[in-house]
Amino acid sequence: MPADAPPKADSSPAGPSVAVRVRGLTKHFGRGDQLVKALDGVDLDLYSGQMSLIVGPSGCGKTTLLSVIAGILDADEGEVAVFDEAITKMGDRAKTRFRARRIGFVFQQYNLLPALTAAENASIPLVIAGWKKGPAVAKASEVLASIGMAKKVGSLPSQLSGGQMQRVAIARALVHDPQLLVCDEPTAALDHETGLTVMELLRESAVRSDRAVVVVTHDNRVFHFGDRIAHMDDGRVDKVEDRAPDRSAA
Amino acid sequence: MSWIAIKMLVGDRAKFLGIVIGLTFAAALITQQGSIFCGLMLRTCALISDVTGADLWVMDPGVRFVDDVKPMLESNLDRVRGVNGVKWAVPLYKGNGRAKLTFDPGDIKAATYPPDVLRREREGPPRSPSPSNVFTKGLDLFAPASGDFSTPPPRWYDPAEVNVVESVILLGVDDSSMVGAPPGGPVIGPGERGRMWVGTLEDLRRPESIVIDRVGLRKLFPGCHLEEPFADPPESDEAYVARLRAFLRSAPEIEMNDRRAVIVGVCEATRSFQSSPVVYTLYSRAKRFMPMERKMLTFILAQTADDEGGKKLPPEIVAERIRRATGLGAWTSENFTYRTIKYYLIYTGIPINFGITVFLGFLVGTAIAGQTFYNFTIENIKQFGSLKAMGASNGRIVAMILLQAAVVGAIGYGIGVGLSTLFGFKTLDRWGNPTELAYFTPWQLLPITAAAIVFICVLASLVSVQRVVRLEPAVVFRS
Ligand SMILES: Nc1ncnc2c1ncn2[C@@H]1O[C@H](COP(=O)(O)OP(=O)(O)O)[C@@H](O)[C@H]1O
Ligand SMILES: [Mg+2]
Repeated sequence: MPADAPPKADSSPAGPSVAVRVRGLTKHFGRGDQLVKALDGVDLDLYSGQMSLIVGPSGCGKTTLLSVIAGILDADEGEVAVFDEAITKMGDRAKTRFRARRIGFVFQQYNLLPALTAAENASIPLVIAGWKKGPAVAKASEVLASIGMAKKVGSLPSQLSGGQMQRVAIARALVHDPQLLVCDEPTAALDHETGLTVMELLRESAVRSDRAVVVVTHDNRVFHFGDRIAHMDDGRVDKVEDRAPDRSAA
Repeated sequence: MSWIAIKMLVGDRAKFLGIVIGLTFAAALITQQGSIFCGLMLRTCALISDVTGADLWVMDPGVRFVDDVKPMLESNLDRVRGVNGVKWAVPLYKGNGRAKLTFDPGDIKAATYPPDVLRREREGPPRSPSPSNVFTKGLDLFAPASGDFSTPPPRWYDPAEVNVVESVILLGVDDSSMVGAPPGGPVIGPGERGRMWVGTLEDLRRPESIVIDRVGLRKLFPGCHLEEPFADPPESDEAYVARLRAFLRSAPEIEMNDRRAVIVGVCEATRSFQSSPVVYTLYSRAKRFMPMERKMLTFILAQTADDEGGKKLPPEIVAERIRRATGLGAWTSENFTYRTIKYYLIYTGIPINFGITVFLGFLVGTAIAGQTFYNFTIENIKQFGSLKAMGASNGRIVAMILLQAAVVGAIGYGIGVGLSTLFGFKTLDRWGNPTELAYFTPWQLLPITAAAIVFICVLASLVSVQRVVRLEPAVVFRS
């Protein structure tokens, strides 16, 4: 089974290389009558330097796929390699370490710790990596400032709007410079306008030649942000679209 | 990560307080009930600790505790003196005497109260009589409703105070050596060197003389204003002693076994279990204050001799020799104390009653603190989940939870023990002596309480820990 050819594979030395390789992935939930086939043999390649979208109707298995890619859920069968490391073959500890070093997370519900300020929340991946509080919070404050949140570093999540909270979450996802950014429905809890600005922010700050950004969404109003769009239905990837590098569409 | 754990913990103020209050409650209840229990147990041995100067207690072999009076024949004294290793041995009489108050306190009051005190009594702030205080009755009698002191009230005393019979603990010490009598010299607060407020041991040589303990005296003469409990600022010790002296100058007396007994001194005695007044007198006189019996010798106090090298023989060994040679019971003060406490532990329901209270405190504390702590973790499960997703290992998350448990445990323990210690201090009188409420915190109680708190915290966090460890990080993507 041939993998989808990367667009402009030979256009530049730093051109897109395969960041995530998914092969024959299946995942079931429950058993007997309750058995749900969440993933039914998924093959997919995603590239560095791109924003990839995984789209499809609710319940088609997007989140399950993203969870396996991010190493927080074990698949039943198949393989996933992230930057050539086979995470489906890793043990729990190795996977935990892999997540801490390589992956940034953005959640639909932000998942900020309510007792921590914006900067403290954004510093968590650094703290997990072993940084001391002072330098970690300072670095997180810089990242927040770079995405226009300089004035909010000391605010608690309860003092922030939804869009601001998602910005803090994005700062948290980027603060430790991960190679893979996974975002599950990052705009679903936001109104349309705010959703668009969050997607723009992800495009501008997150997409880099050595990093792959994967966004799960069922919101077709943000599809135009994707370089590569995987359409899923019923646990399968039906169709993969590669779009022009021009992203002036709006 | 530890700062994150702490911020998570105190961030939810209501839950945090709930956990701390639960643990405080448990710690306070365990320490406080334990201390009252230990205080009571200590009281059972008050007499043993008050008798200084002798190593060994010799008694009828059937005596199981210090208040278990089983008199012996006086000939036993010589048998004990004959045992190798005994330096000297003296008799100690102990019995429950009946003191008849034949005495009109009105005369004494008029004689002992200086005019300025009378004036202060009259003009001082209104006092709220407390039912627990033995002076209340006296004060009420003393301050007539009219507030007019120019004419004395018709009666200075409550007639009920006269011809009342009070039970007292009568102690007769050896006539010549006076071993067992309170050490002379002034009282200087807790752990005092001397134990005599007024008078000396030599005063006991005067005919018909007795020495009574301070609290007992107050109990026997409630109408006499021997202390001024509501004075503000508190009465000085000098003023108090001066008043006692004035009181003794009027030669107050009681009657025991139809014989006159004149109070010549006031001493400090450790509170006993029965909390009856303690009356000290000479051995020969004590026998006359009690109805005559064939056997009158209650205890023999003995001192161990030095061996050939000039070193003191171990008292345990001499006690063993006495037991073997005479068939009597012979114990070191320490062993007699343990025997007494053991008796109370085994034959009275006291430990069970206290044990139940302590256990209930433990259960309630566990329930409140454990439940709140568990709720706290469960409510934060999503936060722990996202930490796990972001690459925090199970070990570090467990460490966070344990740290949170340790923090609330330490705070709860500190406040709880602090509160009960404060309570303990409140039960002391101004000289630092225990009052009606027995309260004693041996250091062993502190690690026991700590262990109970650690147990509660570990239990609570274990339940939480296993929830978090089993948590699939994939929950973070589920809304
Ligand atoms: N933990 C789980 N237990 C049982 N079924 C699950 C679980 N997670 C997902 N599913 C099921 O798997 C299917 C795919 O779910 P999901 O990946 O969340 O879809 P999507 O994110 O596309 O909405 C759904 O039918 C869902 O009900
Ligand atoms: Mg989903």
